[in-house]
Amino acid sequence: MKHIVIIGGGIAGMETACALTDAGHWVTLIEKEAQVGGKLNNWSYLFPDFTPVDHVKNVIQSKCIEKDFSILTNTEVNTIHRQNGKFNIETSGEQQLEADAVVVASGYELFDARRKEEYGYKIYDHVITSADLEQLLLPDGDITVAGGANPKRIAFVHCVGSRDEKSGNHYCSKVCCITGVKQAIELRKRLPDAEIYCFYMDLRMYGKNFEELYREAQEKYDIQFIRGRLSEASEKIDKSLLIKSEDTLSGRPLKMNVDLLVLLVGMEAGKGTKSAATTCGIGCEESGFLKTTDSFLKTNFSEQEGIFLAGSCTAPMSINDTISHARSAAMEVNNWLKMNN
Amino acid sequence: MQKEGKIQIWQDYQKEIADDHYFYVRSCIRQNFFPGAEQTFLKILRTELNKDIYENPHHTSCSGIGYHSDVVPFDTIQTIIARQFALMTEAGYQNLAVSCITSFGIYNEIIETWKEFPSELEKVRNLLKKATGREFEIPKNVAHASDIVYKFRQQIAELGKNRFINHYTGKPLKIVEHIGCHYSKMFPSKGVGGAEFPHVLVGLIESWGGEVVDYPERRHCCGFGFRQYLVMSNRGYSISNSRKKFESMEPYKPDAIICNCPGCPMFLDRWQYVIEEMEGKTYGENGQGIPVLTYEEMAGLVLGYDPWDMGMQMHQTNVEPLLDKMGIIYDPKLKYARKDGNIIGKPMMVNCGC
Repeated sequence: MKHIVIIGGGIAGMETACALTDAGHWVTLIEKEAQVGGKLNNWSYLFPDFTPVDHVKNVIQSKCIEKDFSILTNTEVNTIHRQNGKFNIETSGEQQLEADAVVVASGYELFDARRKEEYGYKIYDHVITSADLEQLLLPDGDITVAGGANPKRIAFVHCVGSRDEKSGNHYCSKVCCITGVKQAIELRKRLPDAEIYCFYMDLRMYGKNFEELYREAQEKYDIQFIRGRLSEASEKIDKSLLIKSEDTLSGRPLKMNVDLLVLLVGMEAGKGTKSAATTCGIGCEESGFLKTTDSFLKTNFSEQEGIFLAGSCTAPMSINDTISHARSAAMEVNNWLKMNN
Repeated sequence: MQKEGKIQIWQDYQKEIADDHYFYVRSCIRQNFFPGAEQTFLKILRTELNKDIYENPHHTSCSGIGYHSDVVPFDTIQTIIARQFALMTEAGYQNLAVSCITSFGIYNEIIETWKEFPSELEKVRNLLKKATGREFEIPKNVAHASDIVYKFRQQIAELGKNRFINHYTGKPLKIVEHIGCHYSKMFPSKGVGGAEFPHVLVGLIESWGGEVVDYPERRHCCGFGFRQYLVMSNRGYSISNSRKKFESMEPYKPDAIICNCPGCPMFLDRWQYVIEEMEGKTYGENGQGIPVLTYEEMAGLVLGYDPWDMGMQMHQTNVEPLLDKMGIIYDPKLKYARKDGNIIGKPMMVNCGC
């Protein structure tokens, strides 16, 4: 029986672990947080069909329990050395592990919206991120603003920390557009009288049923889409927000008062992935995400033989894409182990 | 408004400000608009803080307004700046203290250009040498004069006789700060506190007892904006910009406006008078205007300097409401008096709020 160590206990790590256990391998999953599940633990409903996140999470977690592989929580990898075809791994919990292969599934971090200083996140009371809103969208979530009233006018800002020279992230985070559409519809359902605006550069509805949801947002839910980026937000004396933008379709500057501003934050490789790259001696793209050896045929292979990549540590990905990528990682590991015996 | 978020940003944008031995370059417009401001700054540094600050009478305008108005070419302004640096080098100084925000932006822009394009630096060295025979070193430290006041703000507070506390209510005075676009919008790292939530004036106001007003149009242009004002037919844009700011700050009932840049107090001060003339509207309490101060004047008031000695009679929006709130004793009869006590005559134009 071969031993595979997986770094990261989000959906990519869990799915890879399940598939490799199914293939008859012994798997140890290392997760730095107290519980597995990754970012999924902080989400409520999934695009494009509003599936409750618990549905996906419970299925994957039940599968993990059933497969009964080892999970080390509150643990990080300190060092990895390859010797005589084996990986010697030392963890922060002082465990010494010997593995035949390693899978990095260290995921991503959300862009810290404070870096877009002009939007006043963590300064103005009613500027929140899409991650914050996701918690408020739970049935017991409180979406009231100043004075306990429901917001009458809400604006979403797309591409916060993505496709943005100033924040140093030139890439598209892929999932924010459809997240914005999903969250705008959810807010409309909760607040039928509110005006809801989305400020966007492009709307990249690349996935199955994404475009349909975007159309529905306009036709059925009366969400207003304005092509223009926000230049700044400021707080008024009543805690509402003055936002400035340009409507680039009409070619006019635009100033609007809103009660709630939602920043659709993108994905970044994050400290976990950078640390995994250093520990494993594997390269990163200019974006900070981990480099794969081939963009088409070897998207699970790192630059180090025997170290594989799964999920959004390689690029921004939706949950569907992450699960598929994790399964393909498991298949590649399995094939590689067979070929190397 | 959560101050913790601002504090985080302020920590991210702290710059090195030289401790002593400054070569001072004046503003060409501040001396005309508020002539006592620069003298007050020099007095504070020399007599209160015992600092060495030198100015060479041969230094010139940086020509920044001409540059931003497209009448001074880039090669020309680079050479003018190189000459200022040559005067500094010849005098044995390395720390540049800049009075004007436009100049501060220009100095930073040109130094950064030389870092990015060393061939430009070599070209300018040759141009200056051929034209004047001079050579120069790039300053080790470039600070705006307000940065220096910021650095010593606590010391000034300790030496001070007055605070920005309402004499009648005991509450902090509410003060609007305006830093001037070229202070840090071009290079956020060159300004104390960055571009979006600059700390340079906030630090002064809070250290001296006041409370800062953060209002929606805080970042908006004062109304100078070079082309808005320099081209006469555009001046409607200038006053409408200033008006936008006044309308935005009015609900907060500010007691004063403090400015960083030589141009900003001019426009925020003078246009209040014009708006009163045009629309009968004033933005301060009891039909008065909102006094507009430079940071040097503000520091001078804290230190107990006589407002008329600092040239505050040059303000078109009366400063007396602020002086009264601060409990400053002044002689109204001497507002338009020379140093020998003779009255020079009251201006024909009625001041805002009179």
